[in-house]
Amino acid sequence: MKDVIVKFDPQNRSLMERLFEPPAIGKMAPFTKVVVYSFLAIWSFFVLFPIYWVIITSFKDAAAVNQGPNFIPFIDFQPTLDAWRINFTADPYCDIASIARQIYLLAHNSVIFVLSPFVSLQPMEPQICKIYLAFTNSVVISIISTIFCVAVGSMAAYALARIQYKPKFGNIMIFVLLILAVTLMTTYSGIPWWMSSAVALALFFFLARSIGRHFKMSLGNGDILFWMISQRILPPIVVVVPLYVMFQAVGLLDTHLALILLYAVANLPIVVWLMHDFFANLPIELEESAQLDGATRFGIFWEIVMPLTRPGLAATTLLILVLNWNEYLFAVFLATVKVQTMPIMVAAKNTGEKGVLWWEMCAVTVVMIIPVIIMSILLTRFISKGVLLGAVKG
Amino acid sequence: MQKPVPQNTKDIQPGNSPAGISSGDKWREWCDRHAGSFFIAPAVTLILIFAIFPTIYSMVFALSRVRFTGDGLKFRYVGFRNFAKQFFGSSEMHFLGRTEPVSILGMIIFAVIVVTVLWWLYRSWKTATWVRMLGRSISAAMAIFLGWILCASLLSGNSIGTLYTTLFYVLFGCAVQFAIGTGLAFLCSQPIRGRNFFRVLFFIPLMVTPLGVGFAMRMIADVTKGPFEPILGLLGLQDWVWSASPWSARFVMVICDSWQWIPFIFICMLAALENVPRDHVEAAQVDGASSFHIFRDVTWPQVVPVAVTVLLIRAIEAFKIMDLPNIMTGGGPGSSTESMTLHSVYVWRANDLGSSAAIAYLLLILTVVVCASFFNYVVLSQIRKA
Repeated sequence: MKDVIVKFDPQNRSLMERLFEPPAIGKMAPFTKVVVYSFLAIWSFFVLFPIYWVIITSFKDAAAVNQGPNFIPFIDFQPTLDAWRINFTADPYCDIASIARQIYLLAHNSVIFVLSPFVSLQPMEPQICKIYLAFTNSVVISIISTIFCVAVGSMAAYALARIQYKPKFGNIMIFVLLILAVTLMTTYSGIPWWMSSAVALALFFFLARSIGRHFKMSLGNGDILFWMISQRILPPIVVVVPLYVMFQAVGLLDTHLALILLYAVANLPIVVWLMHDFFANLPIELEESAQLDGATRFGIFWEIVMPLTRPGLAATTLLILVLNWNEYLFAVFLATVKVQTMPIMVAAKNTGEKGVLWWEMCAVTVVMIIPVIIMSILLTRFISKGVLLGAVKG
Repeated sequence: MQKPVPQNTKDIQPGNSPAGISSGDKWREWCDRHAGSFFIAPAVTLILIFAIFPTIYSMVFALSRVRFTGDGLKFRYVGFRNFAKQFFGSSEMHFLGRTEPVSILGMIIFAVIVVTVLWWLYRSWKTATWVRMLGRSISAAMAIFLGWILCASLLSGNSIGTLYTTLFYVLFGCAVQFAIGTGLAFLCSQPIRGRNFFRVLFFIPLMVTPLGVGFAMRMIADVTKGPFEPILGLLGLQDWVWSASPWSARFVMVICDSWQWIPFIFICMLAALENVPRDHVEAAQVDGASSFHIFRDVTWPQVVPVAVTVLLIRAIEAFKIMDLPNIMTGGGPGSSTESMTLHSVYVWRANDLGSSAAIAYLLLILTVVVCASFFNYVVLSQIRKA
């Protein structure tokens, strides 16, 4: 800590000093208080105004939107439920019976969604009650993807914090070259993708066993961790077109499984990064004594380590859940009909010929925002306890 | 309780339980011995299949002319022509901006940049290993290239392309968001009432879907039907349209982007500020230091490592900006608010998959070099200092 040199003369204080002088340590001067609270109030207004505007617009009709700015319901304009009705009930098929059927189909399809490439889903006439379909899709995809991502990510993070890995640099180069060869073969000479990848995989294991043992240079855990985290730098636009072609080749286009896997991978770096920090900070003695008592690695991980990191786990899960809930780029490229998610519904209100149907779009956006606000309230409770700070410190 | 004593000492290995000898536990023991692979294999496989492979595959796109035919895509190898097009060919105006008449000011500043970069490279020549030297050369090359484009386009009074629009969003956006976010965090770290309320409130924008933010901002920024119409009227600016001039449109983008991302800086910096030991601050207060001095000399040095890391994360995400310009202006006027991601998407929509992949690759290279340079020269040194 540097020395702070301040002239302090209690007798001759300027007006500014008197105004900003705190009455006691840990308190604020009245004038400072006014300044601070007014800044906070201005910022609260700045934060809340767009949300307020979205909410009131969802209760406007076309006329109230197009007339010009109308700020206060019941005074400036007469609120209506038109937008909500159009979205949620006024669809010609949205009577009770078809909603019930829809819910049944959704339940049925969510159960077998993992098998969707192999088992044909019941046809879901996409023009019916799109919003319910999209909402359920969003819920199913984001929850399952989050659980999957957190499970895979925290396993990897734990392993990187506790087990020493020494992948040979040469083996990695062989692997990358083989991927390159497979890609070139498949695109330019038309060999089926499964054949070339099977051959390449076999070749890799053969080469790794034979030549691989002669390589000296190897990477450490820190390098693997850095590699995993650095995947976040990858702009999604780089991978989305190849992924489209890839999913088309294996018939996974427009399925839940495709989006679940993609969302999980996109957020894997965050999970690994945050969870690695929690695991690395746990006292290792607990695990060592459990190991002496004959517990397996999986047992230790599941019964000792996971419960200890519960706050961090919960915070990470919430964060990933929100990110998945909001994801748009992958969804718009890879989900065309069956697995449309909520962000696509929002964007769909931007129709080409009639312009943007602001009031309808705002109703959908409000539905999207409500769960997110609840989650962020939960999440801030964790963050305020400093749960996620450790990772940021690097 | 007596534990079974292992007969064979080979069985006692790190990560291998000595208890797993009995015959029924073969499978369990085998699993446990390979636990290391099982733990990390799913993550590595997922990343390989869904991140590394598509990245390499994207290179094939970038090196080909891609056509849609009846039975799928047809690739024809064209070398680096898709990349060359962005720098010298038909898309040069779009990507780099107009670089033609270079003004005297641009020349002078470019010379200064080149000399500074080369001096920096020369100074690290003696101490650095060859790997580090390679990294520094790449950073230096990127700096000189970006400096040249900056001097030839913006500083010579020419229009800028999507490359510098993206960099403008990243650099200017990060600066604005960091300044305001840190300021708010500092205010909230004072002993005020309702701190938790403000914390939750200020955090919310980050969590709203970027798409929704884009549409909400488009509504609000509308000069005829939006809420600012009366204010503009009072100021006598009824005829002013922000989306008509390139720079005002870019500034509006940054403001709207800031609405969403200031909370991120805010929440991280607040956590960091609250982590600063209370007694240091109080000791300074007892000594009669003003709050400005306390912030500069006591608090700030302790939060710098967090600050640079947060900036790095923010910059990484900022390079991916797409939703806001897409929704608010559609990249207009002209292509002046297009980020590189959006540029790539529009080229993709025009069915030029090869160029689209090439632009995406250029974005990847730009992001990696800029972020890696920032990480190596700023973040690491700050973390080491702390």
